[in-house]
Amino acid sequence: MSALRLSKAVYDAIRAHGEETYPNECCGALLGQSTAEGWSIDSSVKAGNSRTDSAHNRYRISPGELVRIEREARKQGLSIGGFYHSHPDLSAQWSPTDLAEAHWLGCSYVITAVAQGKAVLTNSFLLAGETEENKRFELEPIEVSE
Amino acid sequence: MIIYIPTPLRPFAAGKDAVEVAAVTVAGALDELTQVHPALRKHLFTSEGKVRAFVNLYLNEEDVRYLPAKEATAISANDTLSIIPSIAGGGPVAEARATMAPSIELNIIRRAALSRTETGK
Repeated sequence: MSALRLSKAVYDAIRAHGEETYPNECCGALLGQSTAEGWSIDSSVKAGNSRTDSAHNRYRISPGELVRIEREARKQGLSIGGFYHSHPDLSAQWSPTDLAEAHWLGCSYVITAVAQGKAVLTNSFLLAGETEENKRFELEPIEVSE
Repeated sequence: MIIYIPTPLRPFAAGKDAVEVAAVTVAGALDELTQVHPALRKHLFTSEGKVRAFVNLYLNEEDVRYLPAKEATAISANDTLSIIPSIAGGGPVAEARATMAPSIELNIIRRAALSRTETGK
């Protein structure tokens, strides 16, 4: 079973971003390295939410920003291993929209529930499957190191 | 030119994060890429042969969709082509919440949200 491994600093940064943008959704990328046990994340990168029309319940990272993030990751010898976003006043459970819009197979999608401005729970879901047709989210443990 | 392969497509490109091609257009570059790595084809193209809607192509800094010649745009050896699947999503809309699998944690958050609404804060 895969697990998402990250430092407490990265974990805290993801959750703080969700509190910072509340009541809107935050979003960002996770940079790291793929291992046999799942992604080992070295850093997180904040991204802008380009869904300004419905930022409280939708997020989108512009492809141009994604290209810049990926280039920066390459310079550091890292890969985009996943993404994070928040669910203001909702659970840390993936939604049908999250699955429909998820296309990074083999990557981790981290969701933080932010209730009344406070991050309360963070879950990670691996986008498993080999194609768009059989993709699915699988809950994976988050291993936080000091 | 160099085509940068995003993380989810590397397993279908022999694990490579970049592939060099000698084509002279964007479409030609994609064709060459999928000839060398045929497993990529279904991830990049629809059954009608069009680039999938969620697949973004960036020629250097430019979104290929917005280039005048789109995929017929000429390329040179020093150009780079980035393949970037889109990233988006979000929480369920109000009417969809009732269909979500209930959980203790979800209920706690719902109560918090209701409380906020009731107090008008």
